[in-house]
Amino acid sequence: MNPDSIVVDGVTKNFTLRYHRSIKDITVAKMKGRAVSNTFKALDDVTFTIKQGESVGLMGLNGSGKSTLLKLISGVMRPDQGVVKTRGQIAGLIATGAGFHPQLSGRENIFLNAAIYGLSAEETAEIYDDVVKFAELGDHLNSPVGNYSSGQYSRLGFSVAVHIDSDIFLADEVLAVGDKPFKKKCMEKMEEIRDSGRTVVYVSHAAGSVKRMCDRVICLENGRLVFDGDVDEGIEYLHYGEDDAKGSAKLKQLEAADSALGAEV
Amino acid sequence: MATGVDERPVRIVDAPLAPPAENLGLLSVFKRRYLLKLLVQREISGRYSNSILGVFWSYINPLTQFCVYWIFMGKIMGADKGMDNYPVHLFAGLVIVHFFTETFGAGTRSLLGNKGLLKKMAMPKEMFPVASMLVSLYHLVPATLILVVVCVFSGWTPSWDTVPSLLLALGIVMALGTALALVFSLANVFFRDFGSAVQILTNYIRFGVPMMYPFSMIEDALGDKSWIYLLNPISDAVLLFQQAFWVGVTKDPEATAAKHLPDDLWLWGLGAFIGSLVLLVIAQLIFSKYENKIPERLT
Repeated sequence: MNPDSIVVDGVTKNFTLRYHRSIKDITVAKMKGRAVSNTFKALDDVTFTIKQGESVGLMGLNGSGKSTLLKLISGVMRPDQGVVKTRGQIAGLIATGAGFHPQLSGRENIFLNAAIYGLSAEETAEIYDDVVKFAELGDHLNSPVGNYSSGQYSRLGFSVAVHIDSDIFLADEVLAVGDKPFKKKCMEKMEEIRDSGRTVVYVSHAAGSVKRMCDRVICLENGRLVFDGDVDEGIEYLHYGEDDAKGSAKLKQLEAADSALGAEV
Repeated sequence: MATGVDERPVRIVDAPLAPPAENLGLLSVFKRRYLLKLLVQREISGRYSNSILGVFWSYINPLTQFCVYWIFMGKIMGADKGMDNYPVHLFAGLVIVHFFTETFGAGTRSLLGNKGLLKKMAMPKEMFPVASMLVSLYHLVPATLILVVVCVFSGWTPSWDTVPSLLLALGIVMALGTALALVFSLANVFFRDFGSAVQILTNYIRFGVPMMYPFSMIEDALGDKSWIYLLNPISDAVLLFQQAFWVGVTKDPEATAAKHLPDDLWLWGLGAFIGSLVLLVIAQLIFSKYENKIPERLT
C-alpha cells in the first residue's frame, strides 16, 4: 500500500460570526438582548487518511465545510483542534479562484503565484510557456487581472496550479465557471495528474465527473464526516432522506445535468 | 470510470509527513527571498497606482511638511533660534521620521491590502509587513541622496561617525518599524480602528522627536528628566541622523554636538536598537499566536 499523503486527525475548526462591529452596535445589541457574536463549527472532529496516489471526491451540500477542509489541507488555515499533516508539495485551486493580485497583469501574477508555491524564477520560466498556452488568454495576459472575467480568472489560476510539479493536487469547483471546451481540457488535465500517481482531492457537486475522476468519496454534512468509501455508494448516500424511487430519479437527473460534461469529456 | 489507485504508477514522495505550510515567522520570510523580492516589486509599483504623480507622492509629502515646519515652526515660532543651518536639521529629521511613518502606515495596511492572496494561498504572512518596510527603505534612498547633496552645498565636513550613526539610526527604525507593522497589521485585520489610530500616533511622532526643534530645547524644558524623552527609540534615531548630517554643516561641529546632542548618544542609540530588536521578537510572538485567524477575518 502506498504511504500516507494526507492525514486529517480529529480536526475541528470554529468560525466566529460577528453580527455587530462598532461599540455603538454592540451596546444597542446588548441592551436589546441580542447576540453580539456566534461561533459555529465549520468542521467538527473530522478524521480520515488519504494514501499517496488516491483520487478522492469531497462532496456535500453548500456550507457543509468542504472548502474549509481544503483550506486546512492546503495550509491557508490551521485547525483549532486536531492535526492536519501532508506529504510533499501542494498545489491547487480553492473556491474557484487562485490568489491573484488584481493590480498585477496576468503575466506578473503567474510569476507571483508560482513563487508562492515555492518555485524560483528559473523554474517559473521553464513552465511559463505551457501555463500561457493552457490558459489561452491571448493579449489579456498583459492587462491587470482585476479586469478579467471570472472565467478568465479561474483559467489562469487552474493553469498555474496544474503546471506546478505537486504531490497533492486540490481542486475546488474548478469546473463551475469555465466554458465547455475549457472544462473538457481541465478534466483531461486532472486525469493526467491523477494517472501520474499524484494525490487528488476533488470537490464537486457533479456526480458524473466525480465518478470519472475519483476512486473514493468523502461526504461532509454540517461539518461532520458522514460517509467515507466507495464512489457509487457515496453519490447514493447524498440523496438520503428521500425514498428510493425519488432518490434514484434525482440521481438520474443529476447525472443528466452533468452529462454534458460526462458524455463529451 | 476511474482506474483504481493500485493500477496507477506509484509516485515516490521524498518528503516527511508534516503540517502544511509550516511557518517559522520572519525566518521563513528571509528563506524565501525571491518571493519577498516579487512582493516588494509589486508594492513599489502598486503603492501609488492609479495616481498621476505616482511615486512622487513619497517626496511631495515630506517636502510640503518641510515647507510648513520651516516657515511656521522655524521662522514664525522661532524654534530655530541659536541654531546653525536649521533647514538641514529639519530635513535630516524628516527623512528618517518619514521612513518610520511610511513603514508604520503602509505596514499596518499591508495584510488587508493583500487579502486576495492571503485568503487563497498558504505563505508566511509576515511577508507583507516586511515588504512594506523594505519598500519604504527603497524610497528612503533618493531622499538620503538629496540630503547628502544639500549637506555638501552647505559646507559639510563629514566625520568618522557619519556612517555608523546613519546605519545605527536605520537599524533602529527598521527593527521598530517592522515590529509595529507586524502588530498593527494584525490588529487592523480584527479591528479597522487601528488603521485610524496609526494616523494619530504618526502626528505625535512628528512633534515628539528633535526634528522641528533642537534637543537642547527639551533639555531646557525637562532638565535632568530629559532621559524620558530619549526612551523613545525614534528620538534616538533622529538624534543619530542629526549627528550624521546636521552637526557637520554647522560652523563649530564640536560646540554644536556638545550643546544640541545628549551626552551618551551612542549608548542611547545602542540601547534603542537592542530595545527595538526585543520588541521585534515580542511582535513576532504575538503575530504567530493570532495569525491563523487572519484568513477567516479578511472579509
